[in-house]
Amino acid sequence: MSCIETIGAYAFRSLGYGERLLPRSDFTLCEHFTLIGSGMIWNIYFGTLAVLSGFFFANLLAVAKNSPSALWRKPAEWFIFVFRGSPLFIQFFFAYFLFLELKGISPILDAFSSAWLGALVVLFLNTSAYSAEIFYGALRSIPKGDIEAADAYGLSGWHRFRRIMWPTMMRLAWPSYTNEAIFLFHATTLVFFSGFPAWRQKGDALYYANYFADKTFNPFIPYPILAFYFILLTLLIIGLFGLVNKRLNRHIPQERRTKMRLRPNLIR
Amino acid sequence: MGFYLAFGTVLLLLAITAPLALLFGFGGAIAARSHVLPLSWFGKGYIAIVRGVPDIAFFLFFVIALDQGIEWLRHKVKCPDWDQPIRQGSDFLVCDIAKMPLGTSPQWIHEIYGFTLAVVTFAIVFGAFAANVLHGAMTAVPRAQIETAEAYGMTRRQAFWRITVPQMWTYALPGLSNLWMVLIKATPLLFLLGVEDIVYWARELGGSKTAKFTEYPHGDWRMWYFLALLVFYLAFTKVSEVVLARISARLSHGQATIGGEAQRKAA
Repeated sequence: MSCIETIGAYAFRSLGYGERLLPRSDFTLCEHFTLIGSGMIWNIYFGTLAVLSGFFFANLLAVAKNSPSALWRKPAEWFIFVFRGSPLFIQFFFAYFLFLELKGISPILDAFSSAWLGALVVLFLNTSAYSAEIFYGALRSIPKGDIEAADAYGLSGWHRFRRIMWPTMMRLAWPSYTNEAIFLFHATTLVFFSGFPAWRQKGDALYYANYFADKTFNPFIPYPILAFYFILLTLLIIGLFGLVNKRLNRHIPQERRTKMRLRPNLIR
Repeated sequence: MGFYLAFGTVLLLLAITAPLALLFGFGGAIAARSHVLPLSWFGKGYIAIVRGVPDIAFFLFFVIALDQGIEWLRHKVKCPDWDQPIRQGSDFLVCDIAKMPLGTSPQWIHEIYGFTLAVVTFAIVFGAFAANVLHGAMTAVPRAQIETAEAYGMTRRQAFWRITVPQMWTYALPGLSNLWMVLIKATPLLFLLGVEDIVYWARELGGSKTAKFTEYPHGDWRMWYFLALLVFYLAFTKVSEVVLARISARLSHGQATIGGEAQRKAA
């Protein structure tokens, strides 16, 4: 099979299109690249949706944690502690078996025990907790003068938050939030290793890399390819978040702008 | 029973890995600071490579790579006249006496070997992170302190061991405690490395799919087992937080930092 044919057969294998059987012997470099790349679709799917949806919930949580009323603050604090204090790996396992239990109750809940929804929910909750902590930290470090100025202009409540506090909070949090996003994309590789079944061998990039490593017993080819894809993805995220960072900082004099520093965390 | 022992495995892993990673980190940081160029490249390269590559892939990669590396070395030493290629298709073949551990050795040797590989993998990965933290901490020690040491006629080596190393811990502690939290949360990945840890036992004991095991006459309890693990990790994190806060207070005693200054004023 030529490389073009291989790409045709396996480019969307992770979604279930194309050749059904995975290659079994005589693996070519082209097959490695195509299948692992095909698996990246899932990583990007999980990462993108979790970041986008988690962003809104994280804002809500950060504001709730900053609230003077214990009725709001306590639940937010607990939520953040539970999701930041326990390993994501265990969260995946727990959620999967929880969803399995729920499966019997109502047919609406069936979808939760498959990876595309169940794992997404876990990732969404997890990234919300981590981002909320970042946003909360930023909210606490908004300069006092900004708030005083807003009060002096007669802004209050929602307007003060939306016009003054929120943009500053975003600006302060953005470099750390970028790291969180990168880190979330890395964490998506855990999905198919934690209970959630890869139905009909439709897995993510690490699933296929692991498949090749198991079959060839040679880790030196699939894992570097996986690393290559992830470094590309990381650069892409840094680029996109860098654009937003530029816009958030556009009113700041050039030399005082906060620099973006790449500092991905390891495991959550 | 295995389930409870597995908690011990996790704690043992943490107890061994943490100092080992700190040692790796210390070595890496010293190498990165070194004035000998290749050594400094090695230190910086080690930090950069391990930190740049996605996490879990590293764990999966390193265990096989280390295993094959050791077997290959033993193969070269023990059977120099072996003429077949080591990689035959999809097999990794070495001569029998080079196998690690030996095919004839009992089960517990295999388990110890697997555990050791896991420890080394963890130490390599977390060593790079610790190296980064310690490297930052060494440069964070105020320059004036080193200059004073030089004024007293200390050599570079003396100044490093007597002034920099005792003082750097207070700067390194926030980073190191963060790392400790991450390390705790990385322990379930032991399961992926083939060690029979708590995740393994939780799946094994909770599951009901194997009907022949009539000792477990219950349905699917895996959810509850994992809930227990979740609580275990939460409690562990909480305890660590408290202990680390104490160490931090202890270390900033008498230091020229905001924390130390606050303690001085309070006293």
